[in-house]
Amino acid sequence: MEIGMLPISASKRGKLLAAGYTTLHSIATTSITHLATDIEVSESEALEILNFATRNSALERSSGSNTNVIQGGQTAWDMLNEERFSSSITTSCADLDNILGGGINCKEVTEIGGVPGIGKTQIGIQLAVNVQIPLDYGGLGGKAIYIDTEGSFMVERVLQIAEACIEDMSEYSHHFHKDNQAYGVKMHPNSILENIFYFRVCSYTEQIALVNYLDKFVTEHKDVKIIIIDSVTFHFRQDFEDMALRTRLLGEMSLKLMKLAKNFSLAVVMLNQVTTKHVEGSFQLTLALGDSWSHSCTNRIILYWNGDERHAYIDKSPSLKSASAPYSVTSRGIRNSTSSSKRIKMV
Amino acid sequence: MANKLINQMGLPKSIANIFAARNIITAKDALSLTEFELMELLDVGMTEVTFAMAHISEVVCPPCQTALLLMEQRVRNESLAGHLPTRLKGLDEALCGGIPFGVLTELVGPPGIGKTQFCLKLSLLASLPVNCGGLEGRVIYIDVESKFSSKRLIEIGTKSFPEIFYKKGMAQEMAGRIMILRPTSLSEFAESLHRIKVSLLQQQVKLLIIDSMAALVLGEHDSGASRQQALGWHVSFIKSLAEFSRIPIVLTNQVRSQIGDESLMYSFQARSHSTKEDTPVTFDSHLVAALGINWAHAVTIRLVLESKSGQRFIKLAKSPISPPLAFPFNITASGIVLLDDNGIEMKGPEINNIHCQGQNALSNYER
Repeated sequence: MEIGMLPISASKRGKLLAAGYTTLHSIATTSITHLATDIEVSESEALEILNFATRNSALERSSGSNTNVIQGGQTAWDMLNEERFSSSITTSCADLDNILGGGINCKEVTEIGGVPGIGKTQIGIQLAVNVQIPLDYGGLGGKAIYIDTEGSFMVERVLQIAEACIEDMSEYSHHFHKDNQAYGVKMHPNSILENIFYFRVCSYTEQIALVNYLDKFVTEHKDVKIIIIDSVTFHFRQDFEDMALRTRLLGEMSLKLMKLAKNFSLAVVMLNQVTTKHVEGSFQLTLALGDSWSHSCTNRIILYWNGDERHAYIDKSPSLKSASAPYSVTSRGIRNSTSSSKRIKMV
Repeated sequence: MANKLINQMGLPKSIANIFAARNIITAKDALSLTEFELMELLDVGMTEVTFAMAHISEVVCPPCQTALLLMEQRVRNESLAGHLPTRLKGLDEALCGGIPFGVLTELVGPPGIGKTQFCLKLSLLASLPVNCGGLEGRVIYIDVESKFSSKRLIEIGTKSFPEIFYKKGMAQEMAGRIMILRPTSLSEFAESLHRIKVSLLQQQVKLLIIDSMAALVLGEHDSGASRQQALGWHVSFIKSLAEFSRIPIVLTNQVRSQIGDESLMYSFQARSHSTKEDTPVTFDSHLVAALGINWAHAVTIRLVLESKSGQRFIKLAKSPISPPLAFPFNITASGIVLLDDNGIEMKGPEINNIHCQGQNALSNYER
């Protein structure tokens, strides 16, 4: 029933049907006053319904010669041109950046999961600092939102990573712009800390409320280029009896995050925990929150131990090849692994 | 935050009444439904629902701070920017000053390795006056297995800080600041937690020690879902307690033996593993921490105490602010003493393994 597609209340829908309006076309071709008297609503409400109906019925009209046939759609060619200029945020580890096609992509939701101690929070903090690298140095010059659900955001560590990042930038400018004084690094670690907006979330209610509020927040702070949620799992793992409800809430939350990423051209990074799953008679590690959650992100990266080295594996991505790259966590943050065999393993 | 009433949020009367009519009273009720479900339930259009939810979300949402503000607050308000020094030089350096405030620090190791000794020393350190490097506050010590020994506490005190403890009445004052609770069940523990929460700020409590968390949880439920749920609730509560009061919370955990070949892998690892030729499996028997992987995610700092070839080590197995270091230590009359402040850097997941080799008289210590 086409009327069911309109985002109006159930009682209004019922009135439309009772008055004989069964198709969108019938609503679209009537006048406001007629509609208002027929279903006994005010003229402004009738206008609202009319607008919804005409917007939707435009989808049905097809004219072959028009390129912009469907409202709100985009051709693949336009998207390709857009993607060429789409930016990415470096992880400070060249191998990891390579398999990611440059870094963590804006306009996409990336999920990163792993066992405790593998470095998820470290990568989160590194990205919150790296998004602020100025445009002159190949960065985005943006700000970061860090949503902390577990209390793992330690300011001492952010300061360490920020200082190391500034030192690296100075070294870079010293090598490449020896004569040019204008490239002196003017950033101070405190200004990097100032550009990280921090929210501490203590329950799943607050987490959902915050994701709802982010739309308004990012509109007011247009230079935010990355949202990091550390971790998206924690509050949804504790005492949720109704699993179906959990799936619906998580689904809605992830849709909102995808919308944020697309509308504001920013990157959303969700850090996830692991759990064990019983598969074919043995236990395997898998990311938490269930199978339906695995569809919620654009890209999925799993961090794991390979012998004594930390590796990142691209588990799911519409555009990147499945590959694995080594990285290490140092006192300066995430960096390349120091092992001799630096070949990227193609799986 | 989540229990804020909707009719007190400044929503237009008409929509607030609709929420109340459908028995959606608190913000949590509203946020526990998807917007589509709300539209169906309240019989209003999508735009009204979105507007109302945006308003409710903004009210319930936690406040925004910047990382700079956090750092400045801590430097200004807290001793050593939010750390409790352990007086073990190498460990304190690695931990940027000491046991951090506001997060959970876990001590895990085999029985008799020195976890309770460490806790006794920490409670003493927290009760010391500020000019001696302490927090000058009360300590709540939750002693599940009745391991707390006041005699040992005074001994550690007199040997480590003789100049303070020989003063008249100081020993009594120090010991008087440490409050010991002995809950016999998980529910009793939960009750005492609620009471602790109320008195935390009033009573100037500066440290909470739970010795041991494992004994509390493992004694109650059979393994599985009910235990995980009970643990989950307690973990959340203790974490929020740590955060809102900005005190260090130290918990001890037991070990269990590894069951079978427990080197868990992901599905993509399993695939590539089976195609390679079998690498020889090393039968290095070791222990793992109890309480599961969920718990391992929840603690912020994990200190592993183990014994390898007769030498005890304390390792920084999980810490967002420290390199993976292992320090050899001994237990003396004045508590734990590090033998080497530089520490040995450990690569890989090896640091998480817990050994218990070559210790016959673990509970004794050199006098």
